[in-house]
Amino acid sequence: MSGVAREGATIGFTFDGTRYLARPGETLAAALLANGVRLVGRSFKYHRPRGILTAGVEEPNALVTVGRGGRTEPNTRATDLFVYEGLEARSQNRWPGLAFDLGAVFGLASKALPAGFYYKTFFGHARTWLKYEAVIRRAAGLGPAPTEADPDHFSQRALFADVAVIGGGRAGLLAAREALRAGKRVVLIEQDAVLGGGLLRDPREIDGQGSAGWIATVEAELRSGGARILTRTTATGHWDDNMLCLAQKLVEPGQVPGHGFAQRMWHLRAGEVVYATGLIERPIPFANNDRPGVMLSRAVRTYIRRFGVVPGRRVVVATTNDDAYETARALRDAGAEVVAVLDTRPAPAGADSGFAVLNDSVPQAAKGGRRGVKGLSAVIAGAEQHFAADLIAVSGGFSPAVHLHSQAGGALDWDEGARAYKAGAARQAARTVGSAGDPPASGAFRPVGNAKASFLDFQNDVTLADIDLAWREGYRSVEHVKRYTTLGMATDQGKTSNLPALEALAHAGGMTVPEAGITTFRPPYTPVTMGAMAGAAQGEHAVPTRRPALYAVHAAKDPIWLNAGYWKRPRAYPRGSETLAQAGLREARSVRQLVGLTDVSTLAKFEVNGPDAARFLERICATTVAKLAIGRGRYTIMLREDGLVFDDGTVWRLGENRYLLTSSTSGASRMATHISYVRNHLMPEAKVSVICVQEHYAAIAVAGPKSVAVMEQLTGEAPPRHMSASQPTIAGVPVHLLAASFSGERAFEVHFDARHAAAVWQAIDDAVAAAGGCAYGLEAMELLRIEKGHLVIGPDIDGRLSADDLGMGRMLNPAGGYIGHSTLHRPAFAEPGRKQLVGLESVNGDSIPEGAMLVPHLGARAEGHVTGAVRRVLGPGHIALAHLADGRARHGQEIYARSLTRGHTTRVRVVAPHFYDPAGERYRD
Amino acid sequence: MLTIACPHCGPRAQAEFVYERTVDSVVPLDAEPAEAVAALFTRANPRGEDDEIWRHTHGCGGWLVMRRHRVTHAISAIRAIGPETLP
Ligand SMILES: [Zn+2]
Repeated sequence: MSGVAREGATIGFTFDGTRYLARPGETLAAALLANGVRLVGRSFKYHRPRGILTAGVEEPNALVTVGRGGRTEPNTRATDLFVYEGLEARSQNRWPGLAFDLGAVFGLASKALPAGFYYKTFFGHARTWLKYEAVIRRAAGLGPAPTEADPDHFSQRALFADVAVIGGGRAGLLAAREALRAGKRVVLIEQDAVLGGGLLRDPREIDGQGSAGWIATVEAELRSGGARILTRTTATGHWDDNMLCLAQKLVEPGQVPGHGFAQRMWHLRAGEVVYATGLIERPIPFANNDRPGVMLSRAVRTYIRRFGVVPGRRVVVATTNDDAYETARALRDAGAEVVAVLDTRPAPAGADSGFAVLNDSVPQAAKGGRRGVKGLSAVIAGAEQHFAADLIAVSGGFSPAVHLHSQAGGALDWDEGARAYKAGAARQAARTVGSAGDPPASGAFRPVGNAKASFLDFQNDVTLADIDLAWREGYRSVEHVKRYTTLGMATDQGKTSNLPALEALAHAGGMTVPEAGITTFRPPYTPVTMGAMAGAAQGEHAVPTRRPALYAVHAAKDPIWLNAGYWKRPRAYPRGSETLAQAGLREARSVRQLVGLTDVSTLAKFEVNGPDAARFLERICATTVAKLAIGRGRYTIMLREDGLVFDDGTVWRLGENRYLLTSSTSGASRMATHISYVRNHLMPEAKVSVICVQEHYAAIAVAGPKSVAVMEQLTGEAPPRHMSASQPTIAGVPVHLLAASFSGERAFEVHFDARHAAAVWQAIDDAVAAAGGCAYGLEAMELLRIEKGHLVIGPDIDGRLSADDLGMGRMLNPAGGYIGHSTLHRPAFAEPGRKQLVGLESVNGDSIPEGAMLVPHLGARAEGHVTGAVRRVLGPGHIALAHLADGRARHGQEIYARSLTRGHTTRVRVVAPHFYDPAGERYRD
Repeated sequence: MLTIACPHCGPRAQAEFVYERTVDSVVPLDAEPAEAVAALFTRANPRGEDDEIWRHTHGCGGWLVMRRHRVTHAISAIRAIGPETLP
């Protein structure tokens, strides 16, 4: 046991392995200060020793890693973490140890990482970045993210309120009570563990009661009146129409939640939002203002009055405003010595305070190192003076927490007296109350310390010198300066640094602060755990799972599954110890030589009915449709309005005014939307009904030379000719029997009511097995369709090629009228150099890497890429489909398929994209 | 997140809706080539109000046109479209 013995300190925790005790209700920061720990971390870039600056969520310095394993949470603010029994906290960004850090000893980073370093390096030669990367990655950074999965569960809930009050201090409590008394549904949100806000720091009598009593009275009234009070909850974002995201900690970071949730994310809709968000105090820029022992004035007061911890015995107070005098009083009341109050303002500021006030005083440099400050020098009315101290309490003024107001589109008004932005006109039904709307006055001053050691953004190690450098290098927009220096881009989002940086930029440019501009406030207000954003959408629940009607039938065969979009589809049905490749090849050979069956239920399917059905389909499909005889079907393609092919399928005329349209599985929902758009927006007057029957119809493909015999046996009648349809029954179930092939063999698709999926599959499976065949999955389908040169949506038809590029130009309806026709005249469609669909054959029998770029010689620019590659099903050798510039004119050329990611390059010959039965003789009876 | 008043379902969260396009980017059937190219590639993109087509995809599936301010996001008018809205 280390640290300081204290009455009531019963909660055991560790910091960097040393065990200490905390009192109930203490933050880690308060407990560390109470135990004499001042050095808490090392800074991001320069490894400077850092302590505790604040007492709230704005803390930039005191970031620790807590918890173990997958529950590890890096970059947790010690000021926003309530100690629990067994808490394990570790300092960050130090090696080998916090007190002795090599990065700091060598000072490597401070020379290597000035403002704009990343930009300059990235814009330089790529090798320059490679040279620095390893060093930077070791030197710069915060706590490492855990590599294990988070074992905790996170909840998400919706919430509705008439009035949402953000902030549980005096103003927030009053606003909530007023709304409740007016009969409103009220939600009160407080990020602290208890209500009270500033009253916890500055207790005072209200309505004849002490602070604690008054808070308890109001809380009781709110609770009994049905208001919902969410403590340990941060409103992290304010979105359109008064939607707020609330992140609620149900346990502290790193704490094991028992059986419940670790956190809950609320999605709140409020009729009115009341911001009672208070103020954020600003530091003062001077040399070494980041040392342990430099602390914001109100934080000092909070530690003394709320937590009973006095963070220094001999204190200099440096201020631009009256509020810090209250800190001086708190220090004096706690028995500390207030050496001096350095006030930037001229006399008579502070004259009647009773303290040793020095007016016109601007802090210049803190003395002391990692063990904490030893003193402060200041320029006082032009002369330098030094004060010995172990704590420097600073107040550079107060900025209202306008973050949510600004996120919600509210305007910001510059308050010259307070030298701060406060909420202006709100865009939504929202208003600001309490100190956030009325920041106290603050004096203006110019920093006098060494700019290179005067920190603005403590978390990203941005100094006054960095702002000056950015200005000298020509950066004028505050948004550019922010990105160039990374100011305000750390996890604290510049809560304490934003305004001091704007002041610095204004100084550099000889502007007023409003002229310097302001950066955008963005959610989240404080970092949100990824798990809370995901909620229950983790693991198998991360995306929906769609199971085809035949899922149970497949599962009984224990196939290798493939997640095809949201669908679970069999990839192969291995026998014995077969690998995926072996099973796929066996299944494909069964189709080539005998017969096979496969589940194609996931295809998009649309029933199109009505007198205008053909007219409608001739808009959707770029091929002719109206000429189809009843009982006939055809292959078709669909174009986007910009003339590029985006889907393909088949269209069947089942009756006089009845059609069945199928399209790709992967494009199914897009096609459904497209069809609905055309129907509702472009053809609202058409007499047509379009019904998506994707899941209503199960579909089974039967393919192979024996498929005709199998279908004849199953239906008791001669099956339809290629691209014809009939309506027999199988196993007593009426089916649409469509003679179409995706494999290159004579084949059929059987579409039928999905409720009978298992019975029909069983009948076909038995017949196929009797004929010596078997079921096949997506792996075999891939082997078969690539060999035949059939295309799939995604790799082959990728939305970048025209029908002509795909070799389908002659399929287009010569009468036009289809969607996409109006833009086909664009000159780019006729220019040389367009990518075209080709086949590739491996020259030396080697496999062809999928996704490989195609180059005429090694080192040349890519002229295309491989979209799909397989081995031949029956013969030897490897083949592929590809997109290649001017590919159709290049048949016979030998080029290289080169994949740097797969580390595989092979020589290929460009050929026509039909490797198997190019004349289609196997389709015919 | 906006609250969008579906003409069929009432006010619902924006997450239930999918944005389709602006009304001025609709390419009419049988558009002249220049007309189609203009609709697709040279849109007005006003800094102010614009008419947009949305669909209540995760609700009733109905289509709507809403007039939305592209800076403030304020929605000033919503109407349903499709065969059911024809006289
Ligand atoms: Zn609706």
